Amino acid sequence: MKEKIRIASGQGFWGDLIEAPYWQVTKGPIDYLVMDYLAEVTMSILQKQKNKNPDLGYARDIPGLMKKILPICKEKGIKVITNGGGVNPVACAEAIIKVAKDIGIKNLKIGVVVGDDIKDKIDDVISAGCELNNMETGESVKTVKDKILSANVYFGAFPIVEALQIGAEIVITGRTTDTGLTLAPMIYEFGWKANNYNLMAAGTVAGHILECGAQSSGGNFLGDWQSLENMAEVGFPIAEAFPNGDVVITKHENTGGLVSFATVAEQLVYEIGDPKSYITPDCVADFSSIKLEDLGNNRVKVYDVKGNPETEFFKVSCSYASGYSAIGSLTYSWPQALTKAKAADKILRKRLENLNLKYDEIKTEFIGYNATQGPLSKELNEDDINEIMLRVAVRGKDYDSIERFGKEIAPLILTGPPSVTGFAGGRPKPSEVVAYWPALIPKKLVKPEVKLYEL
Amino acid sequence: MKIKLRDIAHARSGDKGDAGNVGVIAYDDKGFEIIRKHLSKERVKKHFEGICFGEVERYEMPNIRAINFLLHNTLGGGGTVSLKHDAQGKILASAMLRMEIEI
Repeated sequence: MKEKIRIASGQGFWGDLIEAPYWQVTKGPIDYLVMDYLAEVTMSILQKQKNKNPDLGYARDIPGLMKKILPICKEKGIKVITNGGGVNPVACAEAIIKVAKDIGIKNLKIGVVVGDDIKDKIDDVISAGCELNNMETGESVKTVKDKILSANVYFGAFPIVEALQIGAEIVITGRTTDTGLTLAPMIYEFGWKANNYNLMAAGTVAGHILECGAQSSGGNFLGDWQSLENMAEVGFPIAEAFPNGDVVITKHENTGGLVSFATVAEQLVYEIGDPKSYITPDCVADFSSIKLEDLGNNRVKVYDVKGNPETEFFKVSCSYASGYSAIGSLTYSWPQALTKAKAADKILRKRLENLNLKYDEIKTEFIGYNATQGPLSKELNEDDINEIMLRVAVRGKDYDSIERFGKEIAPLILTGPPSVTGFAGGRPKPSEVVAYWPALIPKKLVKPEVKLYEL
Repeated sequence: MKIKLRDIAHARSGDKGDAGNVGVIAYDDKGFEIIRKHLSKERVKKHFEGICFGEVERYEMPNIRAINFLLHNTLGGGGTVSLKHDAQGKILASAMLRMEIEI
């Protein structure tokens, strides 16, 4: 058994710093590169792409990235684990095989985890007695069944462990929990048992710290952010994991940013609910048990993590079409910028009303005044306001009303208050609103499947 | 004496459906005692008047000198449905730190 392994975070979302995975495999030693590409909204986008072209539906950055890092990973023995397979992990693996051939790699084993996509099996699930009731409202999925765009189960670490056990050098999954990507190599390397819940929780906590990329190494840090150095070359976090469950969060030497008690603590509280009950398919981790010790020199020890048994359910995330929205903006300048923006909003709303257009919601915000902190914003003397961006957004089921909104905001330039500019983008176009339907499914109704593709 | 929350704590926020989560972390033990005493559910609910329209849940994490708040009915329907500029509640942390505390 290895004494320790180094697991490096390469992406915190699809759209994150493209150079980061390359930095992670070149700037210092690592054993695993883990990359989280999937936000909820990503799955529905990928499903739409797959509907148009059955060869798509995965994070398309991956083949290009692999071209750059595969030779390095092969040379150094770094394994890559990512959920960027989206709704088509098999196509993603095939694309990587093609790239590998193109650059002259002779042999490669790619593990693919499938079975999370239950979009075409929802009727079977309902027949089996699970109505995928909405976790927030309690309603049956039947109410939105015809509008469903994607439906994916969140798998945990174990399908990835299985892929590693059969020799995969790269593991591509569909919807896997962000934390499972990091926990899996620890289970595999150290032979951790599934019922050792403290160890499952230790790896899960490490996964939570890594899952948002540089957000634990200085990015979006609300502490003393101005003291951070060289954020242009921010070091993404690395988890040094030990067989007893201790983990040290660090980053490569000579990179920017900071790993400290404060930067790691901020990530620990990110998007959590009850800290005693952080639920994953692998365990229920207790975030109030975590001990953090700042060892200095960009090293923070995470230890003594307690965990409890996993639940009998997987989480399912369904996305469904829920009408349309559009957003338009105009900028008003001094003097009386805010008064002008408010007057323009009033005129716009009156015109929409006169046309009898149908909206579920119209929202106006004044950027530069109160758009981000609402009633908590400081009152300003109007003469001190240099400019205000009027931002109006509409949402509704009627496409024509949403489209007409786009045609009503532009005319304000010539038919409303003065000193207005900033309408270069043309008329705002309606976009489809994708809503989410979180639900639970008994684990026995879904089976992850692991396939091996070889070159 | 009045102190600014941002002088004794930092924070991070994000979304959980239509709820926003705000984790407030004190810089030291003394700061944690202050936030533990003063950042009640009621105080936070009142601070976010006109922003948070639902229940406030409060969880202590003494292990990292933090308190986590869940602000329900706050993000205008949540993630992709919300029309808010800050649909994911990223700014709730800064908004929380505007609070002033009488000690």
